[in-house]
Amino acid sequence: MSLASPIKKEQESFHIPKQQKTQRVMKLAEAPKQIKPILEVQDLAVSFSQYTEGLRQKELEVITNLNLSIHPGEVLAVVGSSGSGKSLLAHAILGILPSNATVTGSISYKGENLTSKEQAALRGQEIALVPQSVNYLDPLMKVGKQVRTAVKQGDAIKAQREVFARYQLQPQVENLFPFQLSGGMARRVLVSTAVVSGAELIIADEPTPGLDAEVVKEALNCFRELADKGVAIMLITHDIETALSIADRIAVFYAGTTVEVAPAKDFTGKGEALRHPYTKALWRALPQNDFLPIPGFQPLPNALPTGCLFEPRCQQAAPQCAMVQPKTRMVRNGMVRCNHAT
Amino acid sequence: MLLEGKNIGFRYDKGPWILQDTNIAIESGEVVGIMGPSGCGKTTLGRILAGYEKPYEGSVTLNGAPLPQKGYNPVQLVFQHPEKAVNGRWHMANTLNEGWEPHDDILASLGIEKAWLKRWPNELSGGELQRFCVARALGTKTQFLIADEMTTMLDAITQAQIWHVVLDVAKKQNIGVLVVSHEKNLIKRLCHRVVDLEAMK
Repeated sequence: MSLASPIKKEQESFHIPKQQKTQRVMKLAEAPKQIKPILEVQDLAVSFSQYTEGLRQKELEVITNLNLSIHPGEVLAVVGSSGSGKSLLAHAILGILPSNATVTGSISYKGENLTSKEQAALRGQEIALVPQSVNYLDPLMKVGKQVRTAVKQGDAIKAQREVFARYQLQPQVENLFPFQLSGGMARRVLVSTAVVSGAELIIADEPTPGLDAEVVKEALNCFRELADKGVAIMLITHDIETALSIADRIAVFYAGTTVEVAPAKDFTGKGEALRHPYTKALWRALPQNDFLPIPGFQPLPNALPTGCLFEPRCQQAAPQCAMVQPKTRMVRNGMVRCNHAT
Repeated sequence: MLLEGKNIGFRYDKGPWILQDTNIAIESGEVVGIMGPSGCGKTTLGRILAGYEKPYEGSVTLNGAPLPQKGYNPVQLVFQHPEKAVNGRWHMANTLNEGWEPHDDILASLGIEKAWLKRWPNELSGGELQRFCVARALGTKTQFLIADEMTTMLDAITQAQIWHVVLDVAKKQNIGVLVVSHEKNLIKRLCHRVVDLEAMK
């Protein structure tokens, strides 16, 4: 752990000017005294235009009515099954969606609306992504050099060597190309890149699969540590256990929208403290809990129900649920999108 | 029925040994878990037991005889990534009926919709594809099932759905199941006994 302290110093020296900048922005906006979210997503919708037959196109909505906010110093876990739109959210925030995608709604960063120009300026600087696939590494550049390019201040070589040591990557790894790494090593390289970048918002898209339990713990602790120093972390995962180990709040995704945002401490016992029936079902389906499945499956984007997205699988479903999508409400200090939540 | 791997050793060319002197035996109706850190040879052992890979040393026997080389393989393997285990140029119906024709009740219990049969694999999600791979592997001639990180990429609800069906069918047809996973809680929930591959070395 002796290696951890120089990294901390590096980041502290890096953060001070930025925090001042944040405060300045807040003063300009005459913000209330409580901490403002660093990132706020409101009514986000993402759709893709697809060719169906010949030149005929159709719009496919994959994310609808999505609301989310994340504060400095907070770890927000985004949990949902595959195909629920988690990765697309990350790509929408960074502005790296493919050209056939249309984004509506608003994404604001530090209180200011994010335009695609600002997204391009911020990504890799203030907003860093730990991508899901190890294919995101440059195949023709040695990994040590790749990590060094992310260091914005101070001694890049030193920072890179320290972070490698921290993730148990041997010193000779810096001279290897991505194809020479195992999956776990490549993932540690990706996490290293985000850690040394000094970003204020880190979006980690499934950063842990394929890693040993020990390395997972180390990587997660590192995210937690960064958060404790004021960095906002968005941890995208399908694994609630991973999420619970470090997150402050958990946002649960289902079929392209957030059905619930709950404090992590609500995930306990039989899930009585949870608000949405899907979250409860997800919690109870874990092998260490009841291992109890519910019938059905998440609807595909081209066949979304008109009412509540969970209505076809919900035991509490009432006729009104099938008519219109429930609005988001605050219930017991958490956000929920369900007519029945109390 | 007994699936047995005796003194199995494996390495690629002259590389380091991945497995050496590994012994494992699974009886019909048994659910056995394999644990170990990544890279310790869990998947390799699974592939050897299912006949996908020839061991460098040792042998795999089913009731004392070597695995059959032709026809339906009584040792079925389900992989972690279903999108790599189905033919992208086949409709799902063909993939499903590759080895046998699953009954409607199995399809219903796995939540496979009739409409999906006419789809291409790239039109379905990973969780949906994995349901097909499981249905395909649970044929009446299956005696052993090797589940190599079968539900790792899936959410908890889909994981529970699939495992309930697999355990149910395994009980009815007296199938022996080998669960390869790094999730302690899942192994604890499913298995009668657990083999620690690292400790065997």
